Amino acid sequence: MDLTWSPREEAFRSEVREWLARNVPAEPLPSGDTREGFAAHLEWERRLHEAHLSVVSWPVRYGGRDAGPWEWLIFEEEYHRAGAPQRVTQNGIFLLAPALFEFGTPAQQDRYLPPMASGAETWCQGWSEPEAGSDLAAIRARAVRDEAGGGWRLFGQKTWTTRGAFCTHLFGLFRTDPTAGRHRGLTYFLVPLGIDGVTVRGFGRLDGDEGFADVFFDGAFVTDDAVLGEVGEGWRIAMATASSERGLTLRSPGRFLAAATRLVELWRRRRGDAGPATRDALVRAVIAAEAYAAQTLAVVTRSAAGARPGVEASLAKVFWSELDVVIHEVARDLLGPEAELDDVWARGHQFALAGPIYAGTNEIQRNVIAERLLGLPR
Amino acid sequence: MRFAWTEVQESFAAAVGAVCARECPPERLRALWDAAETAQPVELPGWAALADQGLLDALAPTEHGGLGLDAVDVIPAAVATGRAALPGPFVEHAFVAGPVLADRGVRASAALGPAPFAAHAADVDVLVVGAGDRLCLLDRAGARLERCRSVDRSRRLARVRWDPGAPRPVGGPAELAAAFDRGIVGFAAQLLGLAEAMLERTCEYVRERHQFGVPVGSFQAVKHKLADVRVAIEFAAPLVARAGWAVTHDGERAGVWASMAKAAAADAAELAARHALQCHGAIGYSWEHDLHLWMKRAWALSRAWGDAAWHRERVARVVLDGEDGP
Ligand SMILES: Cc1cc2nc3c(=O)[nH]c(=O)nc-3n(C[C@H](O)[C@H](O)[C@H](O)COP(=O)(O)OP(=O)(O)OC[C@H]3O[C@@H](n4cnc5c(N)ncnc54)[C@H](O)[C@@H]3O)c2cc1C
Repeated sequence: MDLTWSPREEAFRSEVREWLARNVPAEPLPSGDTREGFAAHLEWERRLHEAHLSVVSWPVRYGGRDAGPWEWLIFEEEYHRAGAPQRVTQNGIFLLAPALFEFGTPAQQDRYLPPMASGAETWCQGWSEPEAGSDLAAIRARAVRDEAGGGWRLFGQKTWTTRGAFCTHLFGLFRTDPTAGRHRGLTYFLVPLGIDGVTVRGFGRLDGDEGFADVFFDGAFVTDDAVLGEVGEGWRIAMATASSERGLTLRSPGRFLAAATRLVELWRRRRGDAGPATRDALVRAVIAAEAYAAQTLAVVTRSAAGARPGVEASLAKVFWSELDVVIHEVARDLLGPEAELDDVWARGHQFALAGPIYAGTNEIQRNVIAERLLGLPR
Repeated sequence: MRFAWTEVQESFAAAVGAVCARECPPERLRALWDAAETAQPVELPGWAALADQGLLDALAPTEHGGLGLDAVDVIPAAVATGRAALPGPFVEHAFVAGPVLADRGVRASAALGPAPFAAHAADVDVLVVGAGDRLCLLDRAGARLERCRSVDRSRRLARVRWDPGAPRPVGGPAELAAAFDRGIVGFAAQLLGLAEAMLERTCEYVRERHQFGVPVGSFQAVKHKLADVRVAIEFAAPLVARAGWAVTHDGERAGVWASMAKAAAADAAELAARHALQCHGAIGYSWEHDLHLWMKRAWALSRAWGDAAWHRERVARVVLDGEDGP
């Protein structure tokens, strides 16, 4: 155990901290789940990219810094501490990119990674369908071989697609072999949303922002190089990178440490109204945020030694999502009657409640923990 | 930055775990329960072998005949003692007294902070106590012990009082706080081990026990309870390790980290006990079944030296009220 940072890591931290102090917008940007807000966030992403801070852990040639996992963690901590804008590019850089690095051809990597890093192309995730939520392998959207065209024609519907109405591209699973087993006949496609045969319809989330979309495919044509990995390997690829979504990359501890700090500030302003129960609940949240940060150090130690994120990510998913709910419940108790106001805490509360649903519901995660980590029978 | 145990720390823990498994199986724990009422000092299963291994004096400086290890080094071994529900004042002796007691031939227990009781006070030679803001040693002969029965009868508990002048000061407020913090980190480690052991035994049981023609472990209501225990352990364990580092290196905020660890480990162990019993059904409620040996230790240690709410309040005074670190 050695919990000290190296001089190089400290220098990186100061650089990031100073850059953020100079550049983070003084006024919060409008919500990234609205059209204007999304554009404002892309402008922010462009500046991050110019400073080589949009994807620090990627290779330099794709716009990154070749930073190791510890520097990545430092970046995240500083980013959230500074209250910097939400990352509207996250589904691309955190969820698709790991799959591209592992399963993409060099040509695909060269084609897709640089514009992803700069925000010139933005990605949404096309997993869920009206009839396939938790039971993802039940998806019905199909890709049909078009031999004459030398590619595939896509049919069907994706839904709950986050920021689908504003993104330029979608990565998604489509059934390419209806005769194969449920998990077998699926293929991972990279699809531009602007092509013929694709219709995107944005719709409101709980907070009213147009952050969800339905995406309809009606014979849209894509060429063979739109397939990531092998045809029929989509499930395996999606699952190999699912841990990124459940664990660390999507929700780094910096986010919750910063939220806990804001909660403590709120408590200082409102303490006169807070009873002992709220005080205790607040300390629980602070401790849980520190626990998540400490557990992350263990996870990053293993990943720095070359381990892949595995099913343990389900433990983190349950923990961070429930922590986020608790943080916002405590905030509402502290706010008293003002908890009714549609402000940043109310927005945060609503989004926190989505945490136990997206990225695999917490019920599904508990099944995974019980069956895969505890060895209980299916 | 490296947040992991070393091979040496892990193999030390494995060796301690092996000794515990050999020397204190449930029968011997039960024998100790039967001796709860005897006033005579009892022999503690495993202690001689663990003394030979160096565990009992692991934190004592080498010039005093100890191994000169720090809390981080010994936490995995302490977890192993918890897994085995090792009886005896191991934490009090090794974590609390070890660094301050020069004489290696002496056995110690302790009662610090909000703890009114000392475990095994009648079985040791000396007690570590706080008198005012000073850390003191109190010879058993100079202590007035009032025997009490713990819910975990193996603990042979006593309320400790003394006449003015009996305790010998060995340190001031800083040493007193440090001794307390080492103690709660040690208990937190044992609580983790208890939680792990209860989870493992319960998983084994629900895989074997059939109802409605299937293992009860295939029922989601059972799975989700045990998954929650696994989550609680997963996120308490790093706090205990972090606290070990803090009491060894941080000085300043050591008390905050130590209290966070004790609170989280106590909550994890209480959750493990509750769900372990529920998932066992009536068999877990019987005196004959061994589950309660672990469960009652968890109930005892989660309350000893400050319960979770007490420790959270200690954290609150620093983190919320901005008081100087304990
Ligand atoms: C804010 C937000 C953003 C999202 N973004 C995206 C996106 O960008 N792309 C995308 O593809 N999807 C997205 N989703 C969809 C998300 O992946 C699904 O909501 C999720 O997989 C659950 O599916 P469902 O909503 O159909 O619920 P269902 O699967 O219908 O589940 C309903 C309830 O039943 C429970 N349940 C289901 N199966 C089991 C089981 N086996 N055991 C126990 N309980 C079970 C669930 O836990 C849940 O409580 C998003 C969702 C939200 C809330």
